[in-house]
Amino acid sequence: MNGEGQAWYDRLLNIDRRWIYLLMAVVVIVPAIRPFAVPVGISGEVRAVHDFIAELPPGQVVHLAIDYDPSTLAELHPMAEAILHQCFAQDLRLVITALSQFGPAMADEIVTRVAAEHGKQVGVDYAFLGYKPYPAITILAMGTDYRVPFPTDYYGTPVDSIPVMRDIHNYANVACVISLAGGNVADMWIQYGNAKYGVPVALGVTGVMASDYYPYLQSRQIFGLLPGVKGAAEYERLRNRSGEASRGMPYQVTSHLLILVAMVVANIGFIAQRRARAGVR
Amino acid sequence: MKKQIPILIVFITGLVMVLQYFVPHATSEFLFTYANDFVIVIGILALPLGIFSLMRGTVIKAKRDPRERFYAIVTIAGFLAMVIAGVQRSQFTTPGTWLQNMFSYVMIPCQATIFSMLAFYIASAAYRAFRVRTWLATVLLVTAFIVMLRIVPLPEPLSGWNSAIVQWILAVPNMASKRAIIIGVGLGAISYSMKIILGIERGYMGGDR
Repeated sequence: MNGEGQAWYDRLLNIDRRWIYLLMAVVVIVPAIRPFAVPVGISGEVRAVHDFIAELPPGQVVHLAIDYDPSTLAELHPMAEAILHQCFAQDLRLVITALSQFGPAMADEIVTRVAAEHGKQVGVDYAFLGYKPYPAITILAMGTDYRVPFPTDYYGTPVDSIPVMRDIHNYANVACVISLAGGNVADMWIQYGNAKYGVPVALGVTGVMASDYYPYLQSRQIFGLLPGVKGAAEYERLRNRSGEASRGMPYQVTSHLLILVAMVVANIGFIAQRRARAGVR
Repeated sequence: MKKQIPILIVFITGLVMVLQYFVPHATSEFLFTYANDFVIVIGILALPLGIFSLMRGTVIKAKRDPRERFYAIVTIAGFLAMVIAGVQRSQFTTPGTWLQNMFSYVMIPCQATIFSMLAFYIASAAYRAFRVRTWLATVLLVTAFIVMLRIVPLPEPLSGWNSAIVQWILAVPNMASKRAIIIGVGLGAISYSMKIILGIERGYMGGDR
């Protein structure tokens, strides 16, 4: 029953999917055993984000919205780290929010760690406002005043008493918003942040989401886009630092190669099957 | 009146909020902020409802099916552990607390693992789905092949050609189709919202039309 009397192309097309799972596991383990570097070209949409921040003078404010969950941590955490390093290295002030319900603790960890590497202090060099439910409402409210949705920061300190927030009231006081999102919060930043308040918005999204946002790039509703791990690796290359994204690229290469080979092999079998059946008729 | 009052409230509120968007007066902004606060309050009131539904559904499933009892106990125990651990505000902001450790060493790995398993399913799906059955399927296959190839380091000039083709695919046909979808969805949302405001669509009243 299992393959006896079947042609090679039928056996190929009906292969147990567990063999494919096993092959995927093997190709993902290979880079861990034999790491290799992956050359990464720089795309215009990633360079736009980097150059925008690079041209900001010291003391200017960037709003970094860490709007993702642990499920998309592998793709978006490297972006957050690269952007935080760049902002702190340039002595920019940061307002950080986390509009994903599972994100604040994760955001707190990365911001605290990167800030410590640059000797930056919470309240003096950056403010972490934390999480509030209903991202659309929160984004709209921050356009009026950050203090409306966030009377206190993540640590319970009244925002009015935070030195870095003294002259920051709403989006008019920030140079841009960079939203790293694994869901539809990215759309909300475009619809409410950029459309209603005119604040420049850039997005960092997962690979599968990236193609959805090119229309907004073309219409200049967003000024830059970081697509997935590759976008994060490009950003790290622009920063001349090797981070998690650059270390994750070999795994992407091997798994993508497997999928490409699987597509080719499946179609070889499919074409052979079709020809055999046409010959029989 | 049981049907008319909710429809009237929705009509008046919807109309006021639509007009508010275009009125740049301080009173209009105050109304907007006030309304947003109410949305948050109503949402918070939905939280205990959601928790009750979760617990009730879990207990009922455990009573009906003995095989589900272990998972029901895990669900309820995990829920109670996080709630009890998170009662104190300091549990959120102080490193090394029970809540932080459960989040960092249980929640994050679990969520990341669930998402990571997609790679296996995608490989299997690509093997079975991307076949040259029709001309359109062939176009889909070739496009997917080219776009996925950009991750793979290729020798020059193949790398340059591939990047240029991928950029064209993303910037022209992909953008055109996504734009059409976005506009369609937007028009659909406007239409649906108008139907709710005008009382034509009454699904929010429990499906009673």
